[in-house]
Amino acid sequence: MIKSSENIVISVNELTKKFGDFTAVNRISFEVKESEIFGFLGANGAGKTTAIKMLIGILKPTSGKANIAGFDIYTETENVKKNIGYMSQKFSLYEDLTISENINFFGGIYGLSDDEIKNKSEELLTKLKFNEIKNNLVSSLPLGWKQKLAFSLAIFHSPKIVFLDEPTSGVDPITRRQFWDLIYEATNNGITVFVTTHYMDEAEYCNRISIMVDGEIEALDSPINLKDKFKLNSIDDIFYLLARKSKRKE
Amino acid sequence: MKQLKFFIKKEFYHILRDKRSLLILLGLPVVQLLLFGFAITTEVRNAKIVVFDNSKDNVTQQIISKIQNNKYFLIDKTIYNQSQIEEVFKEGKIRLAIIFPNNFQNDLLHNNKAQIQIIADATDPNQATTLTNYVASIVNDFQQELNQQSKIILNIKTEYRMLYNPQLKGAYSSVPGVMGMILLLISAMMTSISIVKEKETGTMEILLVSPMKPWFVVVSKVIPYFVISIINVATIILLSVFVLGMPIKGSLLLLSFSTLLYIFCALSLGILISTVADTQQAAMIISIIGLMLPVVMLSGYAFPIANMPNILQWISNIVPAKWYIIIVKSVMLKGLGFEDIFDEIIILTVMTILFLIISIKRFKVRL
Amino acid sequence: MSTIEINNIQKKYITKSNTITALDNVSFTVDQSEIFGLIGPDGSGKSTLFRILSTVLLPDSGEAKILNYDVVRNFKEIRKIIGYMPGKFSLYQDLSVEENLNFFATIFETSIEENYELISDIYKQIEPFKNRRAGKLSGGMKQKLALSCALIHNPKILLLDEPTTGVDPVSRKEFWEILNKLKLNGITIVVSTPYMDEANLCDRIALIQNGKILDIDFPKKITEKFNKDIFSITSDNMYLLLNDLRKFKDTISCFAFGDSHHLVLEKNKIELIQLEKFLSHHKNLSIKKIKPTIEDCFMQMLQNKN
Repeated sequence: MIKSSENIVISVNELTKKFGDFTAVNRISFEVKESEIFGFLGANGAGKTTAIKMLIGILKPTSGKANIAGFDIYTETENVKKNIGYMSQKFSLYEDLTISENINFFGGIYGLSDDEIKNKSEELLTKLKFNEIKNNLVSSLPLGWKQKLAFSLAIFHSPKIVFLDEPTSGVDPITRRQFWDLIYEATNNGITVFVTTHYMDEAEYCNRISIMVDGEIEALDSPINLKDKFKLNSIDDIFYLLARKSKRKE
Repeated sequence: MKQLKFFIKKEFYHILRDKRSLLILLGLPVVQLLLFGFAITTEVRNAKIVVFDNSKDNVTQQIISKIQNNKYFLIDKTIYNQSQIEEVFKEGKIRLAIIFPNNFQNDLLHNNKAQIQIIADATDPNQATTLTNYVASIVNDFQQELNQQSKIILNIKTEYRMLYNPQLKGAYSSVPGVMGMILLLISAMMTSISIVKEKETGTMEILLVSPMKPWFVVVSKVIPYFVISIINVATIILLSVFVLGMPIKGSLLLLSFSTLLYIFCALSLGILISTVADTQQAAMIISIIGLMLPVVMLSGYAFPIANMPNILQWISNIVPAKWYIIIVKSVMLKGLGFEDIFDEIIILTVMTILFLIISIKRFKVRL
Repeated sequence: MSTIEINNIQKKYITKSNTITALDNVSFTVDQSEIFGLIGPDGSGKSTLFRILSTVLLPDSGEAKILNYDVVRNFKEIRKIIGYMPGKFSLYQDLSVEENLNFFATIFETSIEENYELISDIYKQIEPFKNRRAGKLSGGMKQKLALSCALIHNPKILLLDEPTTGVDPVSRKEFWEILNKLKLNGITIVVSTPYMDEANLCDRIALIQNGKILDIDFPKKITEKFNKDIFSITSDNMYLLLNDLRKFKDTISCFAFGDSHHLVLEKNKIELIQLEKFLSHHKNLSIKKIKPTIEDCFMQMLQNKN
């Protein structure tokens, strides 16, 4: 896969989040290198969402350290936010605005100049082949196209890292793969991708994956190494093996 | 019947478990009433005024002493010269001046007519109106006393006649308004939101598919808010009587009956809204723009209807709260009976039936 | 007589700007005690079909019958014999597990005790948390509770719209095990899913896209019908490999498939040796001729259509 340079862009050390006496995330530690695709897997309720919220600076950790793109998530959340892109399955775009309007809006909130927005948006429209429909409302687009546009906008301001929370949920298989083409292209341009998914085949596309069980990281390595280590044929089987151990049955 | 019972129970769970909303539902009327009753008051106390008595007769002395004994006014006795008026107003020393012309008693007793001139500092128009109204009502009181003693009707001409609320207490006018607004808010808005919520979460599809009759859904949604509305009415009336010292001059039974009618009207409006809106947000916006604004602007609660342009006066007729506020004022403050509010009751009844018919027509057994 | 018969169902949504054909002449039948899968991405018309079958939506034209009851005329009878789990169904978040189940039992004129046998297998797994609010359950648990609620009135037919979407793989497997048990009890199940790997768990499937049925058959038959060669290829540099394979002159399509790439070529046109030669600059190259998966077939059908 893509050669990763040794620049660490995400470093997490003993990061913990407690809600009352419930430990949602328990002392997780890992590092992600520049241009890496890092798959963040886990069963529903394993603590993935809580962990991501802390990493993107919208939830304060209980203890532990984390550094995102060189900025501390406790004290430099504003800088963290400037250097990351985020795309979730739920919120992506304004349905009642046109494609162009969405592009201009997202360019605007990240403080790009008018010229920059103009150049980049033309580039983007051409790449996604949206030139002829740029004045169509986003609500009229098929889901897969929306997701592609949403991803492109999440990296529109050239962030160092982009966080993707189940970006391909419910998308048809071809569009899902086209989406991963976009991810590969982004990493080729030096963007680091941090992604969660319920499609286990997509876990295989990641350079490295971590599997979270009950708030802790139970496995962390490249898909090939993990399969060697657990002597299993697929990530699906490894996931099943680990997640079944979960005691957090809620 | 068991279905209905369980459904209603479920609705109460929803309401009782959302502690914050419950607090707002029950606390809002209290806060509103107390705010309007005490804090946001149009009452003015200890306003400095000056009196120029050019007649210095028996009657003027009596009136002046009445004014003097009133807690609203402080008579500044250091100003004697009428030519100083403009100056003292400019300096802001006084808020109001009362001038009795020469031969006041004479005019009154022989011509049966006399005039008092009231000059107010209208830089604060609300206060000026309030103060002139105070004076007018004091004079009016005095006149009534006089008329009781003598056989001829004596007329002191004042521009304002303040009936029913001689002390012009802020609460008197706000209680009916608060009742009209709170009941509509809780009954219509909350009912519509809670029905629409089932559409949003997909549970409505299951309810439709179930053998349960659609009107069970509606009845179950309505009952909890009906109960809360009744609690609110009780709170408002108790607070008005015991804390704000408002009288209930008319029949409590009549007041309760018309309030129940108004609650039904508001609930049927809520059901109607729920048949139109597909999201909780939409239900809320329709309720606020379609119900709250008209209640505040057009019901006569905040602004007198008589002063509105004709078109708004006409529109105000379709605001249920307008009729309810008239009923409450009539029964609580004027002590009028059933026959006097018959028209208003008929109007509210017709409105309720109309809303229900439209809702039933619109309520679908499908999506 | 089939349990479910659908004939030329058509449904359009008309909005201000355009007309969307949600279902375009859809016809199929489902037999008793069958798990019938509707496989297709979001927006393909699955939910619309479920709503028509559950009688909450009227078709523009065409006819659908469940146990010989017409979904338009006999909707009351149908509502008594089906258990329906809508796609966006989310239970009452502020009611406990037990209260939710009790509520749905009551509105369907039954009780938990009466039909406990039916749901005991599923309900036992969530019973330890019966006093927990539904909103605090994990995705997999919620789905089990929702299924219990749909089953509580002993329906003959289960209509499950995307019950496993957003649910983790472990819970998904458990969910499918439950469906298989229900099938053995004689319940007919129509289930939709966007996950292609779940297609093999159904007895028969319909592949659906943009309101049109692409194919209906046994999963095995669908893969057997695939009339092209398919290779699974890996190397040290998967990204480069994908780009290279797409440049290959005879490539019909090439997509990443988990840890390998699937290359589709015309039947018997290319020998393995030619491919190896073309990719000789790759290290640790591995090329295997494989049998297609449902996903391969679906993707091929999508491409043929475009």
